[in-house]
Amino acid sequence: MTWFDTLRTALEAMRTHRMRSALTVLGILIGIAAVILTVGLGIGAQQQVTAQVEALGTNLLIISPGSTTSTTGLRGGFGSASTLTQADAQALASPVVAPDIAAVAPSTSSSQSLVAGSSNWTTTVAGTTPSWLSVRARTMSSGTFLSAADQASAASVVVLGATTAQELFGSTDVVGQAVTIAGTPFTVSGVLAPSGSTGSTNNDDTAVIPLSTAQQRVSSGSSRTTVQTIYVQATSQAALPSAYQEANSELLALHGITNATSADFTITNQASLVTTAASVSKTLTVLLAGVAAISLLVGGIGVMNIMLVSVTERIREIGLRKALGARPALIRRQFLIEAALLGLTGGLIGAAVGIAGAKVLPNLISNPVALSMPAIFGSITVALAIGLVFGVYPASRAAQLAPIDALRSE
Amino acid sequence: MATYLTGPSQFHGTEPVLSLRDVTKVYRNGSLEVAALRGVSLDVQPGEYVAVMGPSGSGKSTLMHIIGCLDVPTAGSYHLAGEDVSSMSENELADVRNRSIGFVFQQFNLLASMTAASNVALPLAYAGVSRADRRARAEASLGRVGLADRVGHRPGELSGGQQQRVAVARALVTEPALILADEPTGNLDSTSTADVLDLFDELHDAGRTVVLITHEHDVADRAGRIVRLRDGLVTDDSPAHAVAAEGVRS
Repeated sequence: MTWFDTLRTALEAMRTHRMRSALTVLGILIGIAAVILTVGLGIGAQQQVTAQVEALGTNLLIISPGSTTSTTGLRGGFGSASTLTQADAQALASPVVAPDIAAVAPSTSSSQSLVAGSSNWTTTVAGTTPSWLSVRARTMSSGTFLSAADQASAASVVVLGATTAQELFGSTDVVGQAVTIAGTPFTVSGVLAPSGSTGSTNNDDTAVIPLSTAQQRVSSGSSRTTVQTIYVQATSQAALPSAYQEANSELLALHGITNATSADFTITNQASLVTTAASVSKTLTVLLAGVAAISLLVGGIGVMNIMLVSVTERIREIGLRKALGARPALIRRQFLIEAALLGLTGGLIGAAVGIAGAKVLPNLISNPVALSMPAIFGSITVALAIGLVFGVYPASRAAQLAPIDALRSE
Repeated sequence: MATYLTGPSQFHGTEPVLSLRDVTKVYRNGSLEVAALRGVSLDVQPGEYVAVMGPSGSGKSTLMHIIGCLDVPTAGSYHLAGEDVSSMSENELADVRNRSIGFVFQQFNLLASMTAASNVALPLAYAGVSRADRRARAEASLGRVGLADRVGHRPGELSGGQQQRVAVARALVTEPALILADEPTGNLDSTSTADVLDLFDELHDAGRTVVLITHEHDVADRAGRIVRLRDGLVTDDSPAHAVAAEGVRS
């Protein structure tokens, strides 16, 4: 009896007991589909987080002011101090001081009410320099971004986010329109291309004006001379650590601080944001995949159960096959292949269901589901292995049956 | 002690198809020992048609299992077609069953999901015969039992007599040295019984060696020789007409 014959026999047995085989396969199927979907959800979440952080800008360092300590000893949180200035930004932009820094965008922001004709909208107004566009990895959908001339002359021009333009004008085709911010009339010079949201922040609901204009006409108090954030873009991913070092030592020197632990600023690395966010979703993925693995195990026990029932039920068939000259090893092989086939069928259908689910699910829930080829092929292999492993015991039972005992049973 | 009687040797061949010498079989059930065979010696020559008779508990089933290589004797020797079977491993026994014995069971024991041809071809699959050969030989064998037109039918679509004829075709397909039938008519009505027994007669006429186990006298009377068992011993071994002359007993 060849392997092909044995395979045919196993298929025959599965077909004869359709309902039972289908239910066994279902157990494996659910486990495999669950594994593929949970792993897909986990990877999808990680990709989403990575994409969101990358949307902030590539190779980005974010420098924030440190905290203040009042005379009563009450300490403010991060960013409560106003220790960063435009001079800091200019120093970091020097290729001599910081060769690994490609661009610097000092930025200040405040919440302002924008008025256009009869409609108004409150949003975050950022004052920054022309390099902001590249540092934050943004593009224009229409018009032009702020120019160096705008910055030099503190021009009254504004670049709107897509959402903001939509809310104010009901359209994003608004170049040349007039907007009033904090009582000052501005002209819209361009609209930013949409970039989605980062966490709870909608990157498309914003207005960008020249830093000089913001300091002189929109902001009040200390914001006239200081900046709230300095965005620093390193020349490459690999240059991030050295860019960090350069920015850190330059700022310490500029601020006259000798002890690095008492720095009046904080430098956040984009990668650290990714790591934090990814570790959360990874924990979740491991948890869900664990549950899915348990369901696979239960499916495997289902295979063993059904195969044991099958052996008992087909005891006469086994006896007959032995009487006709089937060696014990051949009987074992027949039942093993049958069990493996149940597992494999469950694995293949489960993978198909998992893939279909990964395509459909993002339409029902907001989370993206990524298809992972290692997860798909891995789980099909696992399904096959489960069939084999849980088939060993029933198959050995079948092989060890004495032909007379098997034939005798009524 | 064992009753040893040589069978009629009017048939050709000097070496017996099967030869049992002082075969005993003891079943152990916990501390209880039951001797099913207590020293049976029996020779069957090629071309003989032998009926083994006996009441239930006489050991005829055990004898059938040992002759069929489904079980091994506790003591004594058993040669089948010249091979010593009593000391064979499980795998060797499987091969001997496949090669040398054609079984016909009371329950037919056909696989319900397979066609008549596939059922008949099953022993050939275990013998490693190629698919095309199997098919041809199975169809030829079915033709021999008069079921050439039932090749593609499943057992459920056949009458009891037809099913038993498929089983006989399966027993014949490997050209075994011995056809071993265990109450082959036990599940059949009188018409089918006659039908199947006629088939055995034909096989006998064609020179096949047949051992038939039964408790029915009219079935046994068809055989050329009747071996009677009682309490694990052969009590009588004689040509069928002699037994018939002595009258019916059990």
